[in-house]
Formats: sequence, C-alpha cells, structure tokens
Amino acid sequence: MDVTWMVRGAVGGALIGLSASLLLVLNGRVTGISGVLNALMQPVRGIELVWRALFVAGLVLGGLAATAVLPASGGGAPGLAVAVVAGVLVGVGTRLGNGCTSGHGVCGLSRMSGRSLAATLTFIATGALAVLATRGFSVGVER
Amino acid sequence: MSESSSIERPLAFSVVALASGLLFGAGLVVGGMTSPDKVRAFLDFTGAWDPTLVFVMGGAVLVHMVAYWLVKGRPSPVLAAAFQIPTRRDIDAKLLLGAAIFGLGWGVGGYCPGPAITSLPGGGISVSGFVLAMLASSWATGRIESRVGTAAANPPRTPPEPNRTPTR
Repeated sequence: MDVTWMVRGAVGGALIGLSASLLLVLNGRVTGISGVLNALMQPVRGIELVWRALFVAGLVLGGLAATAVLPASGGGAPGLAVAVVAGVLVGVGTRLGNGCTSGHGVCGLSRMSGRSLAATLTFIATGALAVLATRGFSVGVER
Repeated sequence: MSESSSIERPLAFSVVALASGLLFGAGLVVGGMTSPDKVRAFLDFTGAWDPTLVFVMGGAVLVHMVAYWLVKGRPSPVLAAAFQIPTRRDIDAKLLLGAAIFGLGWGVGGYCPGPAITSLPGGGISVSGFVLAMLASSWATGRIESRVGTAAANPPRTPPEPNRTPTR
C-alpha cells in the first residue's frame, strides 16, 4: 500500500477520534452515528433534537470541505438496487445490534467494551464474507 | 432521552455537536472512508487487501482512548449534568445477529451510516437510495422491537384451557 494512504488514514482517524473526544469530554455523549440517526426519527425535542441535527449537518459540511481541498479518495458507489439492499441490511443490523462502525468500532473499542469488540469482530467477518460473495459480480457499477 | 434541563448551556452544547460533526465528516473523507471501493478492499482479505481502514480505526481509537482516560472518575462532562455512555456488558444473540446483518450490508454496499450521510451531496441517486433504505428499515425494525418488547412486558391474558382446567 502506498504511504500516502497510510498517512491519510491515520490523520483521518485522528480527526474522527478528536470528534468523538470533543463530544465525550464536553457533552458527555457517545459518537454513534446510527444511534444519532435513530434518535432523530423519534419524537425528540429541544436541545436533544438540535445537537443531533447539527452533528449530522456537520458530518455533511465537514465532508464537503475536505472534498474541496483534497484529491479524490476514489469512488465505487454501487448501483441503486445494490445500494438499497445494502441500506436495508445496514438499517436492520445497526438497530438490532445497537450500533455501527462509529458506536462499536470507535467509541466502544476505545472504552474497551467487550460487547463492542464482539460486534466489531462480527461485522468485519460478515463484511468480508459479503465481499467474497459479491467480488465476482460487478457490484461497483457507477450509477 | 433525558430531559433537556440537564444541559445548562445549550448554545455551547450545540456548537460542540456541530464541531464534532465537522471533524468527523472531514476525517472520513481524509481517511478515504467515503469510497466504497476502499472499504470493500479492506474487507477483501483474500484479494488485494487495503489496510487503510486499520489506520483510520486505529488512529481514532488511540486518540479517543485518551479522552476516556481524561474523563475517568469525573462525575460529569463539561457542558451537561451527566455522561450518557452505554453500560451494558452482556453479549447477547441480538447484538451478534444485528452486527452480522450490518456487516453483510456494509460489505455489499461499501457504506456504513457515517460515510453514507457524508457522501449524500455528491453521491448521486445510489447513496440517497442507501440512506433512505437504511433509515426506513431501521425505523421499521425499531417499531417491531418496541412491539415485541411491549408484548413481552405485558403478555396478553391467555384464556384458561377449557379442557384441562378442572371446573369447580
């Protein structure tokens, strides 16, 4: 692998760690993105609604800002049908499993939660199986 | 959800949430995690494996461990009355089933929730389709979960079995 991506990965990871740390130390909340999105689909009000909406807005704007100044990170968006099937699996799975790559993978592993370690190992394993099963097909057809 | 009154400085709390979102979104793009090709290449252990995700997750965990060490023993965060950190420790079947299903979707599409939201502006119809499907299926699963939970907490009154119950 080229060194550029090692550095970009580590710097990107440090930014994500900093993001989660701000939210933990100052606001006392866990940076679990599926949890934030799920809460927004419930009747939350006031500051509980506002902070989550602002976090999601920041997610989009921060991505746009980084995209504007950095060379492209490569695409590979799946076709619509594959994307919808994947979206359904991710929605059901993150709800049942109480978290995704951020909540279990970043926050959970950082506080050495056995639950999150079990979840992370499981979704990496089935993710690898899914890639193995679909590698032969042209999943990466751009739109 | 806890009551809003536990947050004394809602403006500062909101600014922190926005800043956290900005850093997270930028970090995902910097680390290449908004590219489904890169994510799927990380999961492709028997093929042309791409370890970028290890650096992203490793970097994030190393930095965030310091934050957990900083707050250890503190009664509350700076801007709220209490921490809201998951406390469950049991590894149950639902956790593993959910993680397994999530992983399948992650591998098939190359997106997890954060990168999908971050990719919305330039991602075209497929990213929008992914996000809509993800939100709808999560919402529906939550509804079913809460119904099952309510049913388990308040089991419907079963009528006495007429043939076996001795009558007086």
